[in-house]
Amino acid sequence: MSATATTGRKRKGTAPRGVPYLFLAPAIILFTLFLLLPIGYAIYLSFRQIKVSGLGLGKGSRTEIWAGLDNYASALGDPELLGSALRVLAYGLVLLPIMLGLALLFALLLDAPRVRFGRFAKLAIFLPYAVPGVIASMLWGFLYLPAVSPFNDVIGALGLPEPNMLGGGSVFFAIVNIAVWGGVGFNMIVLFTSLRAVPGEIYESASIDGASDLQIALRIKIPLLMPSLIMTTVFSLIATLQVFTEPLTIRSLTNSISSTWTPLMKVYRDAFSQNDIYSAAASSVVIAVVTLVLSFGFLRLVSRQAFGGENR
Amino acid sequence: MTTVLHDQDLATVRAGARKRTSWLGSSILILGAVYCLLPIAWVVAASTKNGSDLFTTFTFAPGTGFLENLSDLSSTGDGIYWTWLFNTAIYAGVGGVLSALVSGISGYTLAKYRFAGRNAIFNVLLAGVLVPGITLAVPQYLLLAKVGLTDTYWAVLLPQIISPYGIYLARIYAAAAVPDTVVEAARTDGAGEFRIFARVGLPMMVPGLVTVFLFQFVAIWNNFLLPFIMLSSDDKFPVTVGLFTLLNQGATVPALYSHVIIGSLLSIIPLIALFLTLQRYWRTDLISGAVKG
Repeated sequence: MSATATTGRKRKGTAPRGVPYLFLAPAIILFTLFLLLPIGYAIYLSFRQIKVSGLGLGKGSRTEIWAGLDNYASALGDPELLGSALRVLAYGLVLLPIMLGLALLFALLLDAPRVRFGRFAKLAIFLPYAVPGVIASMLWGFLYLPAVSPFNDVIGALGLPEPNMLGGGSVFFAIVNIAVWGGVGFNMIVLFTSLRAVPGEIYESASIDGASDLQIALRIKIPLLMPSLIMTTVFSLIATLQVFTEPLTIRSLTNSISSTWTPLMKVYRDAFSQNDIYSAAASSVVIAVVTLVLSFGFLRLVSRQAFGGENR
Repeated sequence: MTTVLHDQDLATVRAGARKRTSWLGSSILILGAVYCLLPIAWVVAASTKNGSDLFTTFTFAPGTGFLENLSDLSSTGDGIYWTWLFNTAIYAGVGGVLSALVSGISGYTLAKYRFAGRNAIFNVLLAGVLVPGITLAVPQYLLLAKVGLTDTYWAVLLPQIISPYGIYLARIYAAAAVPDTVVEAARTDGAGEFRIFARVGLPMMVPGLVTVFLFQFVAIWNNFLLPFIMLSSDDKFPVTVGLFTLLNQGATVPALYSHVIIGSLLSIIPLIALFLTLQRYWRTDLISGAVKG
């Protein structure tokens, strides 16, 4: 810290020096115990493995030793982890444009001058935010079940072959739909609130100049929303790569989802069903690094394009 | 502070300019609303059906079994469902309040004091937002197991008090809502630093902290992975993990599906009620970054 930061600002009655640190102590302690320490421990474990001597029976026959990069080598060479990672990347590529595109569309419509039912629609579309992922997956899961599904009733009444939305090919989209449903409202509210912060005169003068609502939306509102769009994309991306609850819940209703369908499901299985915490730790470190690289990569890419290399 | 115009005010101002309704736009919004309400409408209808109607009658046709389902649910495992709901309320309520307080004092300190390492501390805390929960889940479990805290309330409560996002929001809010002059005046009057925070800063930050509370409350209420990993005895489950175990048993005992359905409905009602009551305090402009510190 520079000297100007401490002395330059007006500080008539000075606080004792230790006070800020004391006030920050609860946050720093909790952050250290529940974020830094677990991250460090995960990294440590990822370099360890169990060495079994003899038949692996009795005390002392199983010892923890350094593994070097063995766990990483097997994680990176694991076809199950790669398969689940590719599946989740595809999932993100389908989910993010649909979810954020709909959130943007709804936010622009809520902000448009000639659109009615805004208050009702805003509340209704935001409502799924209050529904936990497990519950949302159960509700949609039942709606997908051929025996219960209203969609199948309608399609069957039309004399068409009834689809199985929980089948091997369509279950991917069934889960995308649950995530869209759960995420669109929150993102809509974030974008809508950003739009509301823009002074209305900007639009008034544009419309006096003869711009249509559509032109105003495309040329003025969307560019203004860019920072919020980028932020919602990054947070959605991080959440997307960690998808776990929805497929795990739907798995109770169908056998077309494997126990390693997403990377997090694989980490969970390795750690808790197969008791291999070391390779689970290595996998989770790999996934964390990929997540960070993707989010920072995205931020770099868009900040260059959206802000001309200038940081916000 | 920014002036927050009400939706209606702006709507009237703008409606004055041009009155024709855009039916295309309105229809798209209505379609979106119908899509979002569909599963909710379904669970309301399905909760009134008894086990056999569920699979035979038309999906949205109501049945007559609501009270029967309710008493079935209450008698399952000596009313374990109500224990789950109570546990969820404890986890989310206590966790949310503690999180708002920790975020509040941290945000206030970061906004109102100048001290060595301020930016470094803030940046490290904020980077926590980007840490994927996946990296934390397994080691958190192992570390808590070492100190014998797994399968206790603490295992679910403690890791969720720290909220990097909450601290970030509280800092922005404190910078905008608590004037330096007020803090200095209190200091000149000889008030202690904690007293200034508790009596002057905290009351001014209430709307922002309600937002942090709601945000964390929902995050804890919705969090499935952490309690799923940490807990093994069903009397400590939150409602999400409890219903998940019921659903899994339902694969072999379909009658349990009616319990899952009415249980799902009952579990979302409190959250929706909380939102509707605290709606006016829910400062979404904070989340979207519209309030600048």
